[in-house]
Amino acid sequence: MRVFTAAFAIAIGLIILLGFFFPIPLLMQLRLILTDWAVVIGAIAILVGIFNLVSVHMEKIRLRQKGSSYGVILVLALIGTFIFGVAFGVESPFMQLAVDAVIVPVEAALMAILAITLVYASIRLLRQRQDLTTVLFLAVAVLLLAAVMPKPFDNSAIDQFIVYLTGMFSRGGARGLLIGIALGTLLTGLRVLFGVDRPYGGN
Amino acid sequence: MTTPEFIGLGVLIVTALLLLAFTAWRRRASGILRRIDAYDRLNREVGLAVENGTRLHISLGRGNLFTARGGSALAGLAMLRRIAERTSVSDRPPIVTSGDASLTILSQDTSQSGYRAAGAEEGFRVTAGRLTGLSPFAYAAGTLSIARDDNVSAHVLIGDLGAESGLITDAAERQNASLIAASDNLSAQAVFYASAQDPLVGEELFAAGAYTGAGASHEASLNVQDVLRWIVIVVILIGAAFTVLGFGF
Repeated sequence: MRVFTAAFAIAIGLIILLGFFFPIPLLMQLRLILTDWAVVIGAIAILVGIFNLVSVHMEKIRLRQKGSSYGVILVLALIGTFIFGVAFGVESPFMQLAVDAVIVPVEAALMAILAITLVYASIRLLRQRQDLTTVLFLAVAVLLLAAVMPKPFDNSAIDQFIVYLTGMFSRGGARGLLIGIALGTLLTGLRVLFGVDRPYGGN
Repeated sequence: MTTPEFIGLGVLIVTALLLLAFTAWRRRASGILRRIDAYDRLNREVGLAVENGTRLHISLGRGNLFTARGGSALAGLAMLRRIAERTSVSDRPPIVTSGDASLTILSQDTSQSGYRAAGAEEGFRVTAGRLTGLSPFAYAAGTLSIARDDNVSAHVLIGDLGAESGLITDAAERQNASLIAASDNLSAQAVFYASAQDPLVGEELFAAGAYTGAGASHEASLNVQDVLRWIVIVVILIGAAFTVLGFGF
């Protein structure tokens, strides 16, 4: 069974890959069909994932673990929203209310907390690591603030130069990191394609 | 086939051949890996968690496997396989969280493989692999309760995470738990640089398997990455020289 799973996964991976490079009608059609299947399986996986979420919280409630009261709220809200969603559709006023009055404000509040958390983390970083990187970070932060903040006098040429200079280094650094990540992703993909890494339980 | 596709295919074939050659070489003679403090800490924390009866929390992020972001998730799964094998004897098995349903299923499957390899499959619990939320902040909020309630001694965040991971790193800091973090997302890397004791930068994320003893192919991948990196450097320098000399592409 494990060998069959691995062979099946590798074969599908190869068909998708070859279909990308060689525009042969049969390969391209197969590629489209397999991608459609993957989308359908992905959608079913969301249902399985939600079932997993409910299972975890039901177990917490059953064992009366710490924070299980939040689990009760989560499960009740999930069942309520699911029933309303199925009965009245996602465009119904209740579903819109669930998004506008619950999800959006909660996520906005978390974003605000995150902003404070990041400022706190930056201060901690400056206290813990006092090296050349810290000096560089401080210099760039001060320069950028000086460039983008409104000023009583016209200094646009210097501002543009500062933004250009910092942008040049940050873009270069970001591209370097992204090239490294792309190489890592390529090799990880090849390992899966060769069947060395089998995240589908094959080894 | 267009020129970029032709170059892409060439890179793919060369990389595949290099990977096979280096894997064969690494199987004969295992090399020495350069020291990365974060992975030293990870290996130490895995041992301590088993000895102290505490728990590890492994976050695989929200990397959708149908997109290019899935690469970091797959690297995280390779590391999870090794950690699951090593911690299968623990009273408190690691909790694996993710923000993508397919990834959650794979994390459960991978953990089970680790337990099976260690001969302790009966100790595996499906609920150890959890989907904590499908949007970035829902995922972070769902993970916060694990940091607070589950006696976690170390958090390992490896995968596609965004700036919202700042909430998780803050929770780890408040609980005095160790934090080993790497992401393919630049925002998350910036957050981790400020929060983690030993941050992992850029492609160091993909070295997780090699540093947790996943085998010759993972070590070979690092060698191939080094070779490809030098090729990229040479190509960039040649491109810059051509541009300076007036031969534009």
